[in-house]
Amino acid sequence: MDLYEYQGKQLFKQFGIPVSEGRLATTPEQARTAAEELGGPVVVKAQVLTGGRGKAGGVKLADDPGDAEQKAQDIIGLDIRGHVVGKLWIETASDIAKEYYLSVTFDRGAKQPLFMFTTQGGVEIEEVAANDPDALVRLHVDPLEGYQPWIARRLVYGAGVDDPAEQKQIADIVGKLYRCFVESDAMLAEINPLIVTPDGEVKALDSKFTVDDSALYRHSDIAEFRDTSAADPLEAFAREKGVTYVKLDGDVGILGNGAGLSMSTVDVVVVAGGRPANFCDLGGGGSAEGVVDALEVITRDPQVKSIFFNIFGGITRCDEVARGILEALERLQLETPIVVRLDGTNAEEGRRILAEAAPPNLHVEPTMLDAARKAVELAR
Amino acid sequence: MAIIVDNETKLVVQGLTGSEGRFHGLRNRSYGTNVVAGVTPGKGGQDVDGIPVYNTVADAVREAGANTSLIFVPARFAPDAIYEAVDAGIRTVICITEHVPAHEMLRVYTYVRPKGVTLIGPNCPGVLSPGKSNVGIIPAEVFQPGSIGLVSRSGTLTYQIGHEVAQRGLGNSTIVGIGGDPVVGSGFIDILEKFEADPETKYVVLVGEIGGDEEEKAARWVSEHMSKPVFSYIAGFSAPPGKTMGHAGAIISGSSGTAQAKKEALEAVGIRVGTTPTEVAELVAAAAAV
Repeated sequence: MDLYEYQGKQLFKQFGIPVSEGRLATTPEQARTAAEELGGPVVVKAQVLTGGRGKAGGVKLADDPGDAEQKAQDIIGLDIRGHVVGKLWIETASDIAKEYYLSVTFDRGAKQPLFMFTTQGGVEIEEVAANDPDALVRLHVDPLEGYQPWIARRLVYGAGVDDPAEQKQIADIVGKLYRCFVESDAMLAEINPLIVTPDGEVKALDSKFTVDDSALYRHSDIAEFRDTSAADPLEAFAREKGVTYVKLDGDVGILGNGAGLSMSTVDVVVVAGGRPANFCDLGGGGSAEGVVDALEVITRDPQVKSIFFNIFGGITRCDEVARGILEALERLQLETPIVVRLDGTNAEEGRRILAEAAPPNLHVEPTMLDAARKAVELAR
Repeated sequence: MAIIVDNETKLVVQGLTGSEGRFHGLRNRSYGTNVVAGVTPGKGGQDVDGIPVYNTVADAVREAGANTSLIFVPARFAPDAIYEAVDAGIRTVICITEHVPAHEMLRVYTYVRPKGVTLIGPNCPGVLSPGKSNVGIIPAEVFQPGSIGLVSRSGTLTYQIGHEVAQRGLGNSTIVGIGGDPVVGSGFIDILEKFEADPETKYVVLVGEIGGDEEEKAARWVSEHMSKPVFSYIAGFSAPPGKTMGHAGAIISGSSGTAQAKKEALEAVGIRVGTTPTEVAELVAAAAAV
């Protein structure tokens, strides 16, 4: 789960990483009140789960509360790479002398957390890595050893920070960021830029934070951060129903069981010349109720012209799936053509159930490839 | 021979008294797997359809001679279950449980790795050596004994490919589902190494998907160390960046982890990649017919 800047900063603050004081606002009036409370110049920042908001006009300096209200007016509703701005973070403006970069990520390849630090912050880190790789200090942490102060020393000296006061503050932040990363079960915790003010104060001016979904059960505070209004409405509905669903932009609805087979089903529809409308994984169980829920989600997308139902029964039983399909057709009054392919556990029984009921919009095909072709043809 | 599980396997099921553990434990036994014990703390002395249940894995090793463990406990107890099995001297641990936090697995992996224990999963369908032993949730009736080793990050997709291979009259030495999480106990290379050393395996099919760079690393390893022909299938060509496709590990982040990049890396070392599960089955069938 990706967090907004203000949510990540809330976690930073909890772990003692210095951030500017700020307030959340969803209306221009709230932005004015926030600026009044904070006093002095503020920065009005769009809260979106995508990069490039500065260039898109989503971050603006405001001199006084009236100005903050005006800037908020400009930014709310702005479309930044497909994300419409609904929330603003209003924070005390900072003077910037230097911009650094600090992050810790979950390095899947090395199977260790990876620190990255450079004094060339404020730009995309990929640019630094490409243009001046020596300026980027990379250091893995042994997960059993955990954070030790030498790690911060290697980063700070390695990147050439020579001011002792800065060194001390950054080293402190490095340790706290590691704790924040591990104790929040993060996959990414990034501070870009990590600024030094003209007075020599080091603080996090932005945050990028991703948390492992599998660990949310033990972070109820972070789980509550989830913003259902920001998600695609269909994806939010799917989440409500407990269905694994990703919206794509074609017209062939897709339902498979298991992540790999569902992904492969999407690919095979493309190979057959079609445009998939979604990725949808029925999961391991595949009860009749689950089938009804999944079909309800898929058919809510008005673009869907046909549905390809691809099941390879393992734990999932094909007879159960067949009953779910018939139930869904009745309960949801579905008229969309549905192409079904059943193999594996109880497949014969499943095919028999469908053949007996024989609803007019149901087509049973013997193989995955045949079924994909049929679904593509029906969507035309 | 075969790899990881075979006629020598003496299985303990951690979580045998739970509904999943019971269902699959008994299914594995009826396939012919030697299930010698179950472990559920507090239920020592009971039995599940004649299989003795112990309080600890150490008891199961001492009393019943268990050498392989199958884990079905809920996610929050899974790291503890893996540590317990490894510390009790179990040499092969297969963890089916999904949604184990990635940071927990990082520590488990770092602890287990130097001990030389084979850890498969978590979030995997298990390991099947057709005709010998089935440990996990793979529907064994789809597969038949043969010379093709199959290694995959996915469950049902593996069944699909196994089914297509079987329809062409071919069989498998061992099918290994390594799991779809960002950190799994064994990667492609660990399994390829075992297939290369296994006299029963003549061909290998590697089934990958988007996310991470395990397929790219496997391609390099194959070109340097593998004498047996390898075929591949990659799922997720149409996946959009930044969206998790069902498996926690199946995500394209930035420009890395795409199916196209994996396909190119595999083809660059001479591994043939099928566009559909049907095509990869045809490729391996054609090679086996020669």
